Amino acid sequence: MLLPLPIPTAFTPLLAICGGLLIGAASALLWIGIGRIAGVSGIASGLIRPFEQPWQLAFTAGLLLPGLLARILGIAPHVYITTSFGLLIGGGLLVGIGSGLAGGCTSGHGICGMSRLSPRSLVATFSFMGIAFVVVFLTRGLGIL
Amino acid sequence: MKQLFIAFVSGFLFGAGLLISRMSDPAKVLNFLNIAEQWDPSLALVIAGALPLAAAGYVIARSMPRALDGSYFPSLPRGGISPRLVLGALIFGVGWALVGFCPGPALVALPVQPEPVAFFVLAMLLGLWAVRLFSAKPDHQAPPSDIARRDPETSAQKSR
Repeated sequence: MLLPLPIPTAFTPLLAICGGLLIGAASALLWIGIGRIAGVSGIASGLIRPFEQPWQLAFTAGLLLPGLLARILGIAPHVYITTSFGLLIGGGLLVGIGSGLAGGCTSGHGICGMSRLSPRSLVATFSFMGIAFVVVFLTRGLGIL
Repeated sequence: MKQLFIAFVSGFLFGAGLLISRMSDPAKVLNFLNIAEQWDPSLALVIAGALPLAAAGYVIARSMPRALDGSYFPSLPRGGISPRLVLGALIFGVGWALVGFCPGPALVALPVQPEPVAFFVLAMLLGLWAVRLFSAKPDHQAPPSDIARRDPETSAQKSR
């Protein structure tokens, strides 16, 4: 294997659905409330000029808070990172450049775009999902590599 | 003020959802993407839970003349399937598959484990900003005459 397998994780259907409902509610609230798309890559890329779109700053502050609170309370779920430092940087660059070019990521295309059946979001989501399955299979799934 | 409050609450709910569903853990994402071994289908249920409510938001908004804060709903792109879109999605997918982080979960995991998540987040912001700086699309200061010449791809960049 090219890359180490992460630790096995249990299938957590109830937590997954509850979390998903919150994410869906958050996206609906942002659209109904202020007419904006809850796309994290777009919001993060707007932070380069934080005072032009202050709502992006407010959304990001809200996004960072649950992890911070959970950590202070000592109830934060584990974040297992098995990738090397170099790969963390390389992967970050690819995620940033890719979602910048595509105009969205898992949230903007995968959740918001798919939920309104936008053809370009469907194409983007199937493209990144498809290649992600292939890359993980090649780097972590194939025992011989 | 209302706009900032709504955005903050939305961000908080979004982050709480990612944390509760454990999507802030790259191991869960990589185990979803690894069908060959120790498959964990949780991520599929996160999307399944999120889509109906997000869709309901768009349906409800159709009967509203304006958003709650008084702003008009922007028209969102539907078509505009370009090589740039597909290439970008493929590059994004490779990075996602190598590390197990996409932008939302990485930001949620940042305060939980600043070291080493901060390195990923900084590299990601660098990539996002590089695209923004180097693409020849008009920015916020673009004169109105430029708006008419915008291709659908460019307006898509704005709205996400």
